[in-house]
Amino acid sequence: MNKILIYTENFDGKFKKSTFEAVCYGVEIARQAGTEAIALSIGDVAESELINLSKYGVARILTCNNPMLSTLDNQAYAAVISQVAKSEGAGIVVFSASNTSKAVAPRVSVKLNAGLVFSVSGLPKSLNPFVVVKKVFHGKAFADVMIKSDVKVISIAQNSFGVRENTTEAVIESISAGFDTSAIKTKVTNVEKSTGKVLLNDAEVVVSGGRGMKSPDNWKPLEELAELLGAATACSRPVSDEGWRPHSEHVGQTGKIVAPNLYFAFGISGAIQHVAGVSSSKFIVAVNTDKEAPIFQAADYGIVGDVQKVLPPLIEAVKKLKSEV
Amino acid sequence: MKILICISNVPDTTTKIKLTGDNKAVDLANVQWIINPWDELALTRALELKENTANAIDKVTVITVGNAGAEPTIRKALAIGADNAIRVNTDPKDAWLVATQIANAVKSENFDIILCGIESSDYNGSAMGGMLSEMLDLPSVSSVSKIEIEGAKVKVNREIAGGFETVEPSLPFVAIVQKGIAKEPRIPSMRGIMMARQKPLTVLEPVAADALTGFVNYEPPMPKAACKMVDADNVAQLVDLLHHEAKII
Ligand SMILES: Cc1cc2nc3c(=O)[nH]c(=O)nc-3n(C[C@H](O)[C@H](O)[C@H](O)COP(=O)(O)OP(=O)(O)OC[C@H]3O[C@@H](n4cnc5c(N)ncnc54)[C@H](O)[C@@H]3O)c2cc1C
Ligand SMILES: Nc1ncnc2c1ncn2[C@@H]1O[C@H](COP(=O)(O)O)[C@@H](O)[C@H]1O
Repeated sequence: MNKILIYTENFDGKFKKSTFEAVCYGVEIARQAGTEAIALSIGDVAESELINLSKYGVARILTCNNPMLSTLDNQAYAAVISQVAKSEGAGIVVFSASNTSKAVAPRVSVKLNAGLVFSVSGLPKSLNPFVVVKKVFHGKAFADVMIKSDVKVISIAQNSFGVRENTTEAVIESISAGFDTSAIKTKVTNVEKSTGKVLLNDAEVVVSGGRGMKSPDNWKPLEELAELLGAATACSRPVSDEGWRPHSEHVGQTGKIVAPNLYFAFGISGAIQHVAGVSSSKFIVAVNTDKEAPIFQAADYGIVGDVQKVLPPLIEAVKKLKSEV
Repeated sequence: MKILICISNVPDTTTKIKLTGDNKAVDLANVQWIINPWDELALTRALELKENTANAIDKVTVITVGNAGAEPTIRKALAIGADNAIRVNTDPKDAWLVATQIANAVKSENFDIILCGIESSDYNGSAMGGMLSEMLDLPSVSSVSKIEIEGAKVKVNREIAGGFETVEPSLPFVAIVQKGIAKEPRIPSMRGIMMARQKPLTVLEPVAADALTGFVNYEPPMPKAACKMVDADNVAQLVDLLHHEAKII
């Protein structure tokens, strides 16, 4: 079997759990297929960070640190990744399931004449023929998808495989872009970023509020709970449409799809489009005054009650727990 | 300037998904078909841009790859306000096939801006727009939540972890759009529906191309265990369960 190439995305020079998860996944298929897994990093990542990839079992780490590639240009990134895939003879190219992957992986697939499956939710069901499983209809069904081309491109849904340490001895090799970077056709002219907040896409715990919160002034306790739990805050669509909370917090089918370990839904009815964005959470807790609210069908734990009355003792109980452990 | 919007014809987002008896397909009989929500927002934004005459947009075209069943959906796009429509008459088996057909249909049309959605709400592929841009050898920007035209320049906002970047692509280019691109989708007016009947809808026959992926089997989601209820007077028990039973906090 041909080699496995893993594109290891960095965020401001650091890898995140989703990147390590893609590495673990690639390393595991390489093991099953009796072949080698290689990591490829693009952009400015220090050796001390690159070497962290070896904790997850990858023995060769290629790094393309060209200053022209410090911001994302889809064409350039796709050119670099597909070139490495070709020169290394990769049979499968693995991505994590980020915005960057959505932008770049389809371009790589065209360059490699490779079928693409985005957001795969487990190890291949078979390697030959190559069949993977993914969610369709936003989790209302799972589908087995066969990739018929010789080369395959896949991305791994967040939190669908997990990370396990498996340290190997690794070498880091610098490679050139092999692409005329002066031909780059997009220019980043401004960057705006909030700092210090737990990002919704990375959060292990998400504390979310819906219209049942009644007013933007009632978010204080929800934020306090989030802070205690190291959680990100989120909301339903009408809440962001009303301007109670920023649009970046909107989760659901038309907002962000999140997959934390724990999702709290306070005063959220649980409309199908909302649940579509949170159903991959490991545990869902719902608090709602209406015992018939559909959110209780998606939830693991529930309280029928008023959010304003439930939040204060909940915060107290979490504080107490934190002081004990 | 000319804008193209790629439109995916999908089941209404509230559709209950049933599988056929052998689990080989999703049972789509009696399903209500709609314009993919992202594509509807992309069309809305294109029409807003066209209404500002300073932007000098002469034409907003919509294209779909689909058989005759997709016709009402593409007609609806005309009723909302697109100037003309193209339908490539074939079953959209996978993103590769769709992109191949669209690339062929528009390669000599010189669109300045091509808009695609971030994903189709049915198979959640997130693939077509990126593939199309590569096949046409055009720059692309994905996760686009805002698009503005300033003279000869186009500026877009691209979502990144914890914020956004403003990106200026050279034209022509492909924007793959998501939340924020337009506020609310437009609904067709009575007049729009009447006018849509006269607007040109070109049907093209497909070029030879294969799908590279295929769905072989489906499974329903795993049934969920019943929700464990905690009494509102005993909220501390919830924390206890999350700590000791779920071992999650
Ligand atoms: C194409 C499309 C896409 C959509 N995409 C999304 C999406 O991505 N995300 C999304 O969220 N929605 C989306 N929606 C909207 C969705 O259908 C629902 O309208 C929305 O999720 C409802 O938000 P909510 O639960 O906050 O409000 P409501 O439905 O108004 O629910 C409020 C809930 O709070 C409860 N409540 C009231 N007072 C209290 C109290 N004091 N304490 C506790 N509970 C209380 C009520 O019982 C109720 O269940 C979409 C809709 C469409 C048509
Ligand atoms: N059959 C199709 N015809 C035209 N455009 C499509 C079709 N399928 C997908 N698209 C476009 O590609 C985007 C992403 O779709 P997908 O790759 O199917 O998730 C959609 O939002 C549409 O803009």
